[in-house]
Amino acid sequence: MQYYLTLLSFGPEGWMDDIFRGIAMTVGLALATLPFGLTVGFFVALAKQSAEPSLRLAGNIYTTIFRGLPELLTLFLVYFGISVPLLSKVAPDASPEIASFLGGMFALTVVFSSYASEVFLGAFRVIPRGQYEGGYAIGLPHGKTMRLVVLPQLIRIALPGLSNLWLILLKDTALVSAIGLSDILRRAQIASRVTKESLLFYGIACLIFLVLAIISSIGINKIERSTNRQGAGR
Amino acid sequence: MSVQQTLSAVDRPPAPARPWTGPRIAGSILVGLWALAGIGLVYYLISVWNPELFDKYFPLYMQGLWVTTQLVFFSIVLGALLSVPVTYARMSKNRALQAISYGYVYFFRGTPLIAQTFLIYYGLGSLKGPLEAVGLWGFFREAWYCAILAFTLNTAAYQAEILRGAIESVSKGQWEGAAALGLSKWQTMIKIVLPQALIVALRPYGNEIVLMVKGSAVAALITVFDLMGETRRAYSRSFDFQTYIWAGVIYLAIVELLRHLVDWIERVITKHLIR
Repeated sequence: MQYYLTLLSFGPEGWMDDIFRGIAMTVGLALATLPFGLTVGFFVALAKQSAEPSLRLAGNIYTTIFRGLPELLTLFLVYFGISVPLLSKVAPDASPEIASFLGGMFALTVVFSSYASEVFLGAFRVIPRGQYEGGYAIGLPHGKTMRLVVLPQLIRIALPGLSNLWLILLKDTALVSAIGLSDILRRAQIASRVTKESLLFYGIACLIFLVLAIISSIGINKIERSTNRQGAGR
Repeated sequence: MSVQQTLSAVDRPPAPARPWTGPRIAGSILVGLWALAGIGLVYYLISVWNPELFDKYFPLYMQGLWVTTQLVFFSIVLGALLSVPVTYARMSKNRALQAISYGYVYFFRGTPLIAQTFLIYYGLGSLKGPLEAVGLWGFFREAWYCAILAFTLNTAAYQAEILRGAIESVSKGQWEGAAALGLSKWQTMIKIVLPQALIVALRPYGNEIVLMVKGSAVAALITVFDLMGETRRAYSRSFDFQTYIWAGVIYLAIVELLRHLVDWIERVITKHLIR
């Protein structure tokens, strides 16, 4: 028992400090990806619900490709195809972790945004035509109608789908351990290789992901409740 | 009717030319970029075409594809079997059964597939002594079995949720109607509820298979030589980036094929619902 407690301590003999740094990396990567993924996803959805066929086609190609490729493969494609060659040209003596982080962020952004675009698209379809027409009728230009009338409703409708995508994103970040980023799983891997206690450390890694999911769910519930309260007056 | 017919016979004036609006320009540029990317990709693949490489790795890729197919097939089928008792437990009135199945589903849906796979292969695989004692060491020593076990447990959790959602989507009146006709619970389930539920479940099941095809790439990280594994091996030997491109093309083709297959099945089996 004492032995296991030592392993799980924060001291020089323990591994918890490493694992907590891994948590920071996982959460940081997911949080860094989120704004980009949401923005790109929103614009892709905008293209896909446009009246212009060529815009729709461009948006649909994007979703088809990045939803069809395995996330792991997208990660390797971006890492070996873009971030490693680019970093070796731009900053040859930078730490290789930068290539992993930026590559991971880029890959997760395209995957997240292609799923997010479907969620936004679904939300766009729920909003009735009359909302746009109402906006135009009071003299708002197209951009302002979108920003002031449609977007606030859109976010509320899309929220459950987007929360789901956040949980998926959190899980997908575990894949970046395959390109050498020191996330939770990678730290657990190193710890189990050194101590030969694989079951313990992988079990802990799983439990940490579970706790992150639970914390996210609590946060999401809070956000959803607050958006619903704003809508209660309608 | 006759008015319409005469109208359609009249020569219509040509449609007004579509103006070059902002969205149309943007759309054309974006489609142009995609076309350029596509042409670039084809040009790249032709320019790096290497018959030696192709002869060496094409059979390996096909083997890998076969391994991926088997992996997905076994996991989905075994997962479907396992999902039935899990769904039963989840919907039963017994609190203990409910809690167990809820915990199971929550764990496998809340943690990454890659972590589950590592937990089973490296984690359970490290218990050589105890596993030998119960005669399971032969199972957990093989990455292939561990991958199937991990994927089965994972997909069973997702499939249980799909099944539960589909069964709950069938209205209560169906159960009551069947009970009024004197059908037993079991007969109602098999003959009345499931046929209706499975139509609802078809699309989610299709998505789950697609997710499994994509997720099965994780098996490559525990030394299973599926399509992804063969790709990684080919890249590590040749350092030729086209190895990854080809894998992408193959995966994309499989996923698109599956998606269209599901669309087609759905069109066929919902014919009677279209009014």
